[in-house]
Amino acid sequence: MSLSLAEVQHIAHLARIRLDQDEAVRLQAQLNDILRLIEQMQAVDTAGVEPMAHAQEVYQRLRADVVTETDQRSRFQAVAPLVEQGLYLVPRVVE
Amino acid sequence: MEHTSLRGLAELLKSGRASSRELCQDYLDRIERLNPTLNAFITVDRDRTLAEAAAADHLREQGRAGPLTGVPIAHKDIFCTEGWPTTCASRMLANFVSPYDAHVIERCKAAGLPSLGKTNMDEFAMGSSNETSYFGPVKNPWDPRAVPGGSSGGSAAAVAARLAPAATGTDTGGSIRQPAAFCGITGLKPTYGVVSRYGLVAFASSLDQGGPMAPSAEDCALLMNVIAGFDPRDSTSLERPAEDYTRLLDAPLQGLRIGLPREYFAQGLAADVARAIEAALAEFERLGARSVELSLPNSALSVPVYYVLAPAEASSNLARYDGVRYGYRTPEYADLTEMYEKTRAEGFGAEVKRRILIGTYVLSHGYYDAYYLQAQRVRRLIARDFAAAFTQCDVILGPTAPTTAFDLGAKRDDPIEMYLSDIYTIAVNLAGLPALSIPCGFGADGRPVGLQLIGDYFAEARLLNVAHQYQRATDWHTRQPPALG
Repeated sequence: MSLSLAEVQHIAHLARIRLDQDEAVRLQAQLNDILRLIEQMQAVDTAGVEPMAHAQEVYQRLRADVVTETDQRSRFQAVAPLVEQGLYLVPRVVE
Repeated sequence: MEHTSLRGLAELLKSGRASSRELCQDYLDRIERLNPTLNAFITVDRDRTLAEAAAADHLREQGRAGPLTGVPIAHKDIFCTEGWPTTCASRMLANFVSPYDAHVIERCKAAGLPSLGKTNMDEFAMGSSNETSYFGPVKNPWDPRAVPGGSSGGSAAAVAARLAPAATGTDTGGSIRQPAAFCGITGLKPTYGVVSRYGLVAFASSLDQGGPMAPSAEDCALLMNVIAGFDPRDSTSLERPAEDYTRLLDAPLQGLRIGLPREYFAQGLAADVARAIEAALAEFERLGARSVELSLPNSALSVPVYYVLAPAEASSNLARYDGVRYGYRTPEYADLTEMYEKTRAEGFGAEVKRRILIGTYVLSHGYYDAYYLQAQRVRRLIARDFAAAFTQCDVILGPTAPTTAFDLGAKRDDPIEMYLSDIYTIAVNLAGLPALSIPCGFGADGRPVGLQLIGDYFAEARLLNVAHQYQRATDWHTRQPPALG
């Protein structure tokens, strides 16, 4: 399986990373090299093997239904690129 | 001032022969002198360090000092630190100051360990040479033409050059052990879940684990006592009773069964590294251990599996960098999509983009089963290999990396070559096991060789014991880079 230039651009769009044409061409070769490396594991017979998501068998812990977080909005928004009156500002998305 | 062990520094402070302020001043002076050459630190803040040292001295005056109170430490710039920048060596976070501390940082502060600063690393911990840092590469203190390894390259170089008595690191595929090997120091990756990931900037959440880096195994054991432990804010943190990681240090190695996986001594291992590892094995045998040959048949698959799982998790974790809540935002954009796409194009470096794109692809519709699920299945086969091995031996021994530190630039333009330099470390993360790297000699080029010891789950104290007994019998871990002075 080998990625075309159009597929590289499509993936980049899904990941919301703009690529110029030179970068896309360079990445196409590198990504295909990586996919060839990955192919080594695709031939392995894994019938009946449970997928392993985590090293330990961990389960989501439940905690008591009590308020533990305090309001820290102004501290968290102090590191935001653009805020106004407690709101994060982005370009208009709804006309 | 002599650069001594953590125990030695603790004694110095306890006896009153030095204050934490004096100790920190000494290290800060050394950083000021040597960091312009090494580039091991991204952020140094003399006033902040000295204020933390003064607080530690105050604790001691009040009789409230713990075992390591006043001993300074450097932190990998992946740990969130309130008041200090946390850049993750990325343009994306170049101006980010965290509003809170990571659990590891909280623990170090509570123990009274002043921070000497934030160390350089590969961008978002993605790399094996420290060359992907937005803040430039780190030089290996043993040879400025060589890389320090990665991704915790700044921490390793800082400890090796005695710019800090110890440092924190993180290890997703070898990022504590490989730089420890390349810089001639000791580094431990604990069992997954033993050290909280809270406030550790996420790369691949099912693999990431923080750990100590220092000259010796004893130092690492003392630091584990500080940083390990349950934290309810990390959903994968394990609820276990507190452990004293120094408790087994002095146990003899008589009867220890050392497993030697034939896959770790096969083609691809440099002859000079093999010689140093074999000499170390002979030393272990003199100390009473015996070796057992065994096989980890799926070892070679660990790199391909890792380059599915780690990028997949990274593509998801790094989706948060959108230029909205924190971090970099591109200055010019017409609409929201353009803002996202330009922010991420400008904020991330080449290696991070490669991994996000691979991850996006393997998780995309129609490919999920063939890549991600298959990788998770092979991951289980790799973990089973280790489980079988530990029925035959107590620890597994091998090289940490196939070669000594390579030259700066040698693998920068070849991602696959770079990835394969982690061939001996990656499987450990996939299985979630603890492992450490200790210095065991030098290669033909005079650069350090690292020996890896892998243990069964929760065998950190045993690994530290094995490493400590070796370090009592040898002096590789006390060697310092000659040129630095």
